[in-house]
Amino acid sequence: MIPLDTAPSIFSVNGVVGFVFLINIGITLLGAVAVAFSKKVIHAVAGLIVCFVGVAGLYFFLNSVFVSMMQILIYVGAVAITISFAVMLAAPEEKMASTRRGVIAGPLGIVSAIMLCISFSALSVGYTWQPLERINDGSMKSIGIELLTNYSMVFELISIVLLIAILGALVIARTRREDA
Amino acid sequence: MSILGLYNQLDCFLILGAVLFALGVYGVLAQQSFIGMLIASELILVGAAVNFMAFNRFLAPDPVTGQVFTLFIMAVAAAEAAIGLSIIIAIYRHYHSIDAEDAVQLKG
Repeated sequence: MIPLDTAPSIFSVNGVVGFVFLINIGITLLGAVAVAFSKKVIHAVAGLIVCFVGVAGLYFFLNSVFVSMMQILIYVGAVAITISFAVMLAAPEEKMASTRRGVIAGPLGIVSAIMLCISFSALSVGYTWQPLERINDGSMKSIGIELLTNYSMVFELISIVLLIAILGALVIARTRREDA
Repeated sequence: MSILGLYNQLDCFLILGAVLFALGVYGVLAQQSFIGMLIASELILVGAAVNFMAFNRFLAPDPVTGQVFTLFIMAVAAAEAAIGLSIIIAIYRHYHSIDAEDAVQLKG
């Protein structure tokens, strides 16, 4: 557990940890900006991978090594690779003449995104949160016990959801014989 | 509070989650292709998951709950990516384009 209420210098251990955390924030925001503002789809995929690695670092700072590993394994290893395969299959770089963009994609989108960001930030900063007393330690062992006792129904349901998603993806993306 | 102690601040993580969410919303609105929209929607899900993990670390009485919730968010995001990409492939096969402006068959 990282101790609360510290104001470290850069040369102490906590200061180095804080510096690494700042780099981590930078990586995350860089990837997210690349996703939102890039013109080419493959640049957006690369930004997504960078952003996911940064978010995995954030989870590491939030005392959850297991979810951090799962973030890299599932998002970077599975989702981003699947998306890059779809980019290669669909070849979206043929024409990028972006002259037909409406008002929603331009100023209205920027204004709504900034308003969302400011309002959520004000909502979270303006409230004094009260921490509650811990009843367990949130380790990997307790995650496993909770997944197979309290959350076992959800655990089974999510496996069914994944199975149906895989079958649905196969059915939708299949080449039909009359089309081929 | 110095800037090097930011990793102990709940507000820092919450603002970061809000920024990720807002960038995702802007990406969904501004991207030209369907794949770009799908990528930006992944960013929205990640913003929500960062919020869950921050509350889980700093406030929750049972620190397992947020981690389990984040794992389920990852599973749902993986399912969503699989379905969405297969729909995009089907659209590409039909229209020979994944530009969102080209799929206008239902437009009146």
